[in-house]
Amino acid sequence: MMDLDTKVAPAPVTARVRRFVPRQKYLPVTATAVLISLMYGIGVVNYTGFSDTQIVLNIFIDNAFLLVVAVGMTFVILTGGIDLSVGAVVALTTMVVALLLENGWPPAVVLPVALLMGSTIGLGMGLMIHYFDVQPFIATLAGMFLARGLCYVISTDSIPIDDPFWVRVSNAQLWFGGWFISISVLVALAVVLIAAYVLAYTTFGRDVYAVGGDPQSARLMGLRVGRTRVAVYTISGLCSGLGGVLLSFYMSSGYGLHASGMELDAIAAVVIGGTLLTGGSGYVLGTVLGVLVLGLIQTIITFQGNLSSWWTKIFIGLFLFVFIVLQRVVTRRRR
Amino acid sequence: MTTVVRHRLFWPLAMLVSLLVGNLFFTPDFFAVEVRDGHFYGALFDILRQGAPLLLVALGMTLVIATGGIDLSVGAVVAISGALACQQISGLGDQGAVGGVLFAVALALLLCAGLGLWNGFLVGVVGIQPIIATLILMIAGRGVAQLITDGQIINVNSPPYKAIATGFLLAVPVPIIIAAALVAIVAVVTRRTAFGMLLESVGGNAGASRLAGIRSRRLIIIAYVACAVCAGVAGLMVSSTVSSADGNNAGLLIELDAILAVVIGGTSLLGGRFSIAGTVIGAILIKTLDTTVYTIGIPPEVTLLFKAVVVVILCLVQAPAFRARFTRRQPAEVARA
Repeated sequence: MMDLDTKVAPAPVTARVRRFVPRQKYLPVTATAVLISLMYGIGVVNYTGFSDTQIVLNIFIDNAFLLVVAVGMTFVILTGGIDLSVGAVVALTTMVVALLLENGWPPAVVLPVALLMGSTIGLGMGLMIHYFDVQPFIATLAGMFLARGLCYVISTDSIPIDDPFWVRVSNAQLWFGGWFISISVLVALAVVLIAAYVLAYTTFGRDVYAVGGDPQSARLMGLRVGRTRVAVYTISGLCSGLGGVLLSFYMSSGYGLHASGMELDAIAAVVIGGTLLTGGSGYVLGTVLGVLVLGLIQTIITFQGNLSSWWTKIFIGLFLFVFIVLQRVVTRRRR
Repeated sequence: MTTVVRHRLFWPLAMLVSLLVGNLFFTPDFFAVEVRDGHFYGALFDILRQGAPLLLVALGMTLVIATGGIDLSVGAVVAISGALACQQISGLGDQGAVGGVLFAVALALLLCAGLGLWNGFLVGVVGIQPIIATLILMIAGRGVAQLITDGQIINVNSPPYKAIATGFLLAVPVPIIIAAALVAIVAVVTRRTAFGMLLESVGGNAGASRLAGIRSRRLIIIAYVACAVCAGVAGLMVSSTVSSADGNNAGLLIELDAILAVVIGGTSLLGGRFSIAGTVIGAILIKTLDTTVYTIGIPPEVTLLFKAVVVVILCLVQAPAFRARFTRRQPAEVARA
């Protein structure tokens, strides 16, 4: 992962080559990695059974959909935008999937339809943002209302999924050694790898960083700013659609209240992963670490046992604060 | 005529008026104002009374957005304010004691001011992006509210507290008076003193303002404190309406509605120029929309969809790029010919 990311926008090599300290641009990600190890260490020391590798794998199993959505969000935030619609699109996808399966559509049709729907919503918001100069915050807020509204139009109740294919996928455990993961984890890891490759090695990836760094300069350089901006929202929509499919595996139902507030988790994961909200700086690896942090907090609170659920929120807020201040200190020193 | 159409409050106002008139077709006595027991009643009063919390939150949000910031934490502040007030009142020996209720209210608002100070400190002094700085409190704040209520819904039975949302003063519902008073105060302070201009200058260009000798840091902190206090008052209203505090659901998503109200009112999220009147219209428009959905008989589950459509239409109509496309086309074609 690190190797992939090294290739992004190479900094001037002079005078940096012989230094052994990690490069400044990796500092936020490194800091997150260090903090994760610290949290993990605390968990292992304090709670019996925490050191089991399955615990870490469970974090991935429980957060595979969040990981996919957060990767999509990373693209948007890298261009300096924001996407508030992801949670609603995830919910809508679970709803549509459940509805279509209930009506006897074959999974081979339902899957593409779900992904296409997510991308279409993303595309619509991207077009609104780019061509009509509507602020991303407002455009994606409208998208959020639209998607949640559509959920309730379909049904206000939860729709169970009992399609054999869906059941088989959601129950599948891929064993290796003494541990297992779900198919969703494989999908999420594939998405992460593809996203990291696209951002690091393709022209489009460079366009994303350039647009986020300075749209004006990007335009003057002749980069296709409009296309890039519309594309990132489409990608985020696609990831939300895929995240919705994974959530429907995980929950075995479609419900309009699924994934409420998920956009905040996704944004928090991206920010904790060291991606700047102003755009132009950050890595997919950071987002993976960000999701891990959120998962670890939950796991530790579960292991602690005597802490109420609201402490999760307070701790996530606290961690967010620590990471942001840390980032702030790092970026200040650079100047 | 063109100057009227180009006025930035024209479209929101047109939308509001058409919604109100549209309601008239479904409820013929929509505009009727009734005097019962010496109190005013009517659909319009209901909209204003139910819209007061949103209006207050949007009012504070306007100041923050004017500085180029945004405050996502208002929903959490609404929950915290109600939670603390109810928790204090439920601990009183006599829940009807006016003094005790006033103390609880003051304590809640003080805490909200403290939360605003925290936001302002993060944005103005530490220099964190507003959306992220307030995201911290947005997430943690709900936890704090639940911490205060211990995860329960606190019910209170306190007539003075209940009066905040359901009482009448001089025949007018109390929440309308509170909202109107706060709007008036903010309007006077921003438009009759230099404060409003300074806010706009900070929002336009914080760096340049500082070089021009404006203490932008202090102004930013004041804006966030004012916003949190407004949200706190709104939180008191919300919890007073139902005489209980729900740390989990009070003020849920109100920050989005408030931001929407501000944007509909013609204030740019980028900061700079702001319009208090626009925000008032925006907030009332959103509340009217909610009410309309019920009176027209649209199923409640479609409310969000309806809202999305209206938001998209309003945003597109107000977007300069959209207007240029559809208003300047004809002259351009004439010129080409």
